[in-house]
Amino acid sequence: MKMTGAQALIKSLEAEGVDVMFGLPGGCILPAYDPLRESSIRHILVRHEQGAGHMAEGYAHVTGKPGVAFVTSGPAATNLVTPLCDAYMDSIPMVAITGQVSRAAIGTDAFQECDTVGITRSVTKHNELVMDPQELMRAVHEAFHIAKTGRPGPVLLDIPKDVLTAEVDFSWPPDINLPGYKPSTKGHPRMIKAAAELMAQAERPVLYIGGGILKARAAEALRELAELTGFPVVTTLMARGAFPDRHPQCLGMPGMHGNYTAVTAMQQSDLLIALGARFDDRVTGKLDGFAPKAKIIHVDVDPAELGKVRRPDVPIVGDCRLVIEELVKVLRAADTKPIEITSNAWWQTLRDWQEQFPLSYVDDVTPNSPLAGHGGTLKGPQMIELIRDSSPDDTIVASGVGQHQMWASQYWKFDHPYTWVNSGGLGTMGFAIPAAIGAKVAAPDKTVWAIDGDGCFQMTAQELVTASVENIPIKVAILNNSYLGMVRQWQEMFYDERYSEVLLDSQVPNYVGWAEAMGCVGLRVDSIEEAQPAIDKANAINDRPVVIDFRCDAAEKVFPMVPAGANNSQLVVTPSQQAALDQLRAQGKV
Amino acid sequence: MTVILSPKTQTLSVLVEDKPGVLARVSALISRRGYNIVSLTVAPSVELGLSRINMVVEGDESVVEQIVKQLFKLIHVVKISELAPDASVHRELLIASVTTGVDGRATVSELLDIFGAAIVDVGADQLSIMLAAEPSKLDDLLALLAPYGLSDVQRTGAIAIPKLSKQSTKLKSVQTGKAS
Repeated sequence: MKMTGAQALIKSLEAEGVDVMFGLPGGCILPAYDPLRESSIRHILVRHEQGAGHMAEGYAHVTGKPGVAFVTSGPAATNLVTPLCDAYMDSIPMVAITGQVSRAAIGTDAFQECDTVGITRSVTKHNELVMDPQELMRAVHEAFHIAKTGRPGPVLLDIPKDVLTAEVDFSWPPDINLPGYKPSTKGHPRMIKAAAELMAQAERPVLYIGGGILKARAAEALRELAELTGFPVVTTLMARGAFPDRHPQCLGMPGMHGNYTAVTAMQQSDLLIALGARFDDRVTGKLDGFAPKAKIIHVDVDPAELGKVRRPDVPIVGDCRLVIEELVKVLRAADTKPIEITSNAWWQTLRDWQEQFPLSYVDDVTPNSPLAGHGGTLKGPQMIELIRDSSPDDTIVASGVGQHQMWASQYWKFDHPYTWVNSGGLGTMGFAIPAAIGAKVAAPDKTVWAIDGDGCFQMTAQELVTASVENIPIKVAILNNSYLGMVRQWQEMFYDERYSEVLLDSQVPNYVGWAEAMGCVGLRVDSIEEAQPAIDKANAINDRPVVIDFRCDAAEKVFPMVPAGANNSQLVVTPSQQAALDQLRAQGKV
Repeated sequence: MTVILSPKTQTLSVLVEDKPGVLARVSALISRRGYNIVSLTVAPSVELGLSRINMVVEGDESVVEQIVKQLFKLIHVVKISELAPDASVHRELLIASVTTGVDGRATVSELLDIFGAAIVDVGADQLSIMLAAEPSKLDDLLALLAPYGLSDVQRTGAIAIPKLSKQSTKLKSVQTGKAS
C-alpha cells in the first residue's frame, strides 16, 4: 500500500501495539504529526522533552512494554539524552523517535540539526538514522524487538524530514535481519545443576535480587524458589517489590542506605545467589571488602555482567525467569526441603539483627540544629509511613533522587511488583513527576504517588501542567526541607558541616501557589496534626493532580549509611543504635 | 635497571555488519569503557555485507574478556574471534622512508635483504621501503634503520589468522582409534 513515510511510521507504531506516546512536535518531525490526528495512538503533549523521556520510562516500568517518546530534532533530541541514559542504566525498554533535518542538509549545520545518533550512541542499546524511506518499517520493527528482548534498553530512531514525506510502499510485518543479535535466554543445564549443588551446601545463603527479576517478569518464579529453599531474600533499589516486603523471608534493601540486616547478611554470607543484579557500587560498597566469604552464583541475561565486577563461581547466562524455573525443577528433583526459618542458625542470627537494628528515624526535631530556621518540623520518613498506611495496597510510588528516595525505598512496604518507579543507576533528579505521569497513564486505575524532594520538584515541575491538562491525576508529596538534602547530609558528615550551595530557600517558591497555577490542588502541611487530613484529602481527589508541600526537618539524615569508600562492614546505623553496634563490633560478634 | 614489561596484548578479529557508523560504535565503546587499543584495521570481508575489524587491545585476560563481551552487545557485531599470540599468525605492513645517500644504499639494501623487505621508491638521498612481517620484525628493522634517519614511518596495524593444525585430521582419527 502506497503512503507517505510519516503515515508508514505511524502505522508501524500502531502495528507494534503502541497505545500512547509522549512527545512534543517541532520542525523536522512535523510531517509525522499530521497522520497522528487519525491514529488510535494517544499522544500526550509534554512541556519539555526530558519529561517525555521520563514519562516513557514510567510507562515502561509499570507495563514492561517499551515507552515511546516522540520529539523533533536538535534541542529536542539533546533534551532526551538524560532519559535515554537513565533508561540505559536501568535497562528500561524505550523507543525514542527523533526528527532529523532532510537528508541533503545533514552535515551542513542546518537549523536544529545535531548529530543525534552520534550523541546518543553511548546511552542507547541501539540507534539508527533511517536514510531510506522504504526501510522505515524494518527500522521500527527492529527497534521494538531490540528494546524489549534480551537485556531491555532504549533504542532511538532518527528520521530525516524528507524520509517522512517520501512515498513508501507499506507492508507489515517487515523482515528482521539482525545476524549479530541473538540473546541467550535458556541457562546452561550444567551450570544450573552446579548452582543447585552450591545451594544445597550453603550455610549462610542470600538471594540477592536485582531489577532483572522485574524485567524478566520473574517475581512469581522467584517466590517459588525462595519458598522452596527457605533462603533469605534482599531486594535492591531496582528490585523493590520483586519479592513482597511483608514476606517473612524478605530482609529488605541492601546497599549504601540498606537496612543493617540486609547489608550484613550479604557481608557474612557464604553464598550469594545474584539474580538479575549487577553488583553495583551502591550495593557492594568498597569492592574488596564486599561479602568476602561468599561464593557467587550469578544469573543475568547480559553475559557482560558476569565477571564485570565480581567473578562468579557459577555464571549463568539466561533469562531470570527461565533459569529460576529450571533451577526449581532441579532442586525439586533433588528433593530439596526449605531450611527452617524458625530454628535454622542463620535465620536466628538474622532475626537477632532485625530485632536489634531495625530501620528507625529520630522522631523529634533535631535540637539546637544549626539548620534551625530552615525547613520545618516534620519527619520525611514519618510522612512516607502516613502516606503508605493511607493509600491502597497496590499504590505505585515514583521518586526523585536523594534523601526522599532512600526513605521511600526504606519505609514503603512494597508487596507487589511494578509498584516502585525510580531512577537507580543514573540517579536523575527530577525523575519523579514525569515518571509518575507515565505510570499513571499506564495504570489509570491505580493510585500513583510521586515522593519528591524540593530540589527535584524544581527540576521537572512543569510537567504537572501536562498532567492537569491531560487529566492524569497523580499525587505529589514534596518532602521539603529547603535543602538539597542528600548533598547537605554528605557535607555535614564528610565536609565538617561546611555547607556549600545546598540551601535552596524556605520561602521561595510558594509550592501551593505554583501547584495551583499549574491546575493542581496545592496543600501545605506544617504540623503533624495537619498531615493525615491532607493525605486523606489528596487520596480523595481524583479529577486533578495534587501537590502537598510537607515542611520537613532540615537536619534529618538517612540512616543506615555506608560512608563513601568504606566497606559494608563499616555501616553506620541510626545514632540511637550505634553504641550497641559498636559494642558488638568490639566484641567481634559482627 | 628497571625492566618495564610491556602490557599483555591480544588480537581480536571482529566480524561486523557493514552499516554506517559501525566503526564509530566500536571505537566509542572501547573509549567509553576505558580500554586501550594498540592498533585497529578495517576492511571488507569476503562475505557480502560484512566487514572485518582486526584490533590489538591491551589488557590481561579478564579485561579482554570484558572487551569481547561488551563488543558483543553491539547489535552490528556478528562474531568475535580471540587470536592468542601463540595460536595465530600475525602480519603487519610497514612503509617508511630511509635517509641515505648513494654511499649508504648498499648497506641499507643489505639490511633490507636480511629482513626480506623491498625497496618501493628511490630518491636522490632517500629510499622508500616496505616490509610485511610479524609486528616484532617491523620493530627490529626500524631500530636498525633509525641511525640512518627515518621519515614517514607508517604501519597498518596487525591482522591475524588462527594457526592451522599441523596434524592431518586423518592421522588424528587413527591415533584416537588406537588409544581407545
